[in-house]
Amino acid sequence: MSDQLFKTVAPLLEVDNLSVEFQTMEGVVRAVTGLSYAVKAGETIAILGESGSGKSVSAEAVLGIIDAPAGRITSGTIRFNGQELLRMSPKERSRINGEHVAMIFQDALAALNPSQTVGDQIGEMFRLHRGMGRREAFMRAIELMDKVRIPAAAQRVHAYPHEFSGGMRQRVMIASAIALDPEVLIADEPTTALDVTVQAQIMELLGELQSEGNMGLVLISHDLGVVADVADRVLVMYAGRAVEQGTLREVYRTPAHPYTAGLINSIPRLDRPSHRLQPIEGTPPSPHTTIAGCPFHPRCPWRIKICTEALPAMEQIGAHGPDRASACHRKNEVLLHV
Amino acid sequence: MTESTDEGPPHNGKVHFGFRTIMAGLLRDPVTLFACLFLAFLAIVAVFAPWLVPHDPMAQSLALRNRPPLTPSENGFLHLLGTDALGRDLLSRLMMGAQVSVSIGVLGAVVSGSFGVIMGLIAGYYRGWADDLIMRFVDVMLGFPTLLVALFVLFVVGGGYVNLVLVLALTRWMIYARVTRGMTLALREEPFVDGARAVGAGDFRIITRHILPNLLAPLLVLATLEVARLILAESALSFLGFGIQPPASSWGLEVSGGRSYITTAWWLVSFSGAAIFLTALSLNLFATWLRALSDPVQRWRWLLGKKVAVAVMNGTGGPEHRT
Repeated sequence: MSDQLFKTVAPLLEVDNLSVEFQTMEGVVRAVTGLSYAVKAGETIAILGESGSGKSVSAEAVLGIIDAPAGRITSGTIRFNGQELLRMSPKERSRINGEHVAMIFQDALAALNPSQTVGDQIGEMFRLHRGMGRREAFMRAIELMDKVRIPAAAQRVHAYPHEFSGGMRQRVMIASAIALDPEVLIADEPTTALDVTVQAQIMELLGELQSEGNMGLVLISHDLGVVADVADRVLVMYAGRAVEQGTLREVYRTPAHPYTAGLINSIPRLDRPSHRLQPIEGTPPSPHTTIAGCPFHPRCPWRIKICTEALPAMEQIGAHGPDRASACHRKNEVLLHV
Repeated sequence: MTESTDEGPPHNGKVHFGFRTIMAGLLRDPVTLFACLFLAFLAIVAVFAPWLVPHDPMAQSLALRNRPPLTPSENGFLHLLGTDALGRDLLSRLMMGAQVSVSIGVLGAVVSGSFGVIMGLIAGYYRGWADDLIMRFVDVMLGFPTLLVALFVLFVVGGGYVNLVLVLALTRWMIYARVTRGMTLALREEPFVDGARAVGAGDFRIITRHILPNLLAPLLVLATLEVARLILAESALSFLGFGIQPPASSWGLEVSGGRSYITTAWWLVSFSGAAIFLTALSLNLFATWLRALSDPVQRWRWLLGKKVAVAVMNGTGGPEHRT
């Protein structure tokens, strides 16, 4: 799809300047700070980041399932089709959830109710939002299981989640997420718990379903490989902040943030002469501490004096349009170097 | 699709869970079979006691005081378990007593269970001040000795069937509240509860469809054990004279009545005591079985029998080996 098309379509889901904090025993943890992104119909945006970078929390904020009262949204807006989600009553909110915005979780076994058959759980969507009876909901569940290619759906609909393999369980989750043809689907590490061949099948399935329903897909992952196949645009997060965004091609080919560059250098490549993999030195900062200046500076090979003093803003790079941005004091040098 | 099912029961993932496999399983497990048969027998006796009794449980006969088991009677039936100090047929009295004792046990468990579970769900799900209020109240209630509270309340409001049920519920609901709250706390953090919220389910639906069903198996086991406990408590209270009032019958009352004649008429306390003991034992065994059967992840083991289950575990690995 061309960039031209995106600009003419209004975004379905807009997250603007979102900040989330958690109150813990050791003090306040700022899980997400000033995060902004937007998804349009038919578009896939990947949110990349390592564990603890705030990517899952930002998804939970969209669905309103952050663990309260420990976690709370301290600033920002989340708009779906122009409606402000954070100012809605819980009742209005629950009508958006599932019907318009749905989510796939990482661990399908934990995310499915162990005491209900999968048919009941997929069918629940129809009973909740469409007021269908149990019988009818079961029929719809079978159709959906067929759609996500679970073999022998008519028999398996009465099985419990533990009777499925990992890949099939993930399909069950996908079936219930797409039950009501949501406009936006958020997939939080949908393939992390699966082995590589099954990963590929699941991603392929997600891609098909997306283009079929013209859904906006938010794919949350730490795996650059998984993202590379499906994403249109990429948003890289580090320590709760967005550090770089752009189209997949721009970010992967010409990263403009040292962290992104480090991530890409640490992937084993077959198409390049062999050299030692270059890991990113150091470890991500503890969420309890605040780092002066750029949060990445202790690990950054490009560090200069200003990095330890001033927090770099997320700024547009060159003439690539407003969707191509990086939060680095030396973004233009990094960009040219790689 | 080439994915293999790497866990769970054999036979392509599902052991049929129905009447026939349950019956086959019971035949392999004689102790549980005995418990189930005894409880079924008890249930029938308790429900139909007025029509089944061989003698009028109230009919006294001074000629037949404290007669041993198998004494012949005027109406042709034997006094199978003997007669009591007023010449009343012990078997008939125990049957009528079963009706009282069993129904008090079951009703008490239902009343205390319902109240305790609702309190526990509210405390565990909503947390905050509701949690503090309910659980501190539970702590206070648990601080009182059960029997003493029951005795005191019954002394004030008087004995009798309804009061007995309510008092027993009053002294036992806390355990349900505690168990329910603990499990609710764990369950409300489960991803599938988040998932339910993410698809737009409200609090009521999450509690009734996602939390309560996952509590049901352990609560059912707890309630079964509580029935046994309540029957014992009823017996104790009736024995002490604060429960069921004569001339009505209950097992505790029969033990109490037979106590004075323990040296001369052993059958009075023995059979009444045996009824209490066997019922409590069967309920405990039944609870164990219910636990195994009510867990959809684990029930295949019992349904297949120990030998087959062990073979399956050694051969292909069972659900615990899941990573």
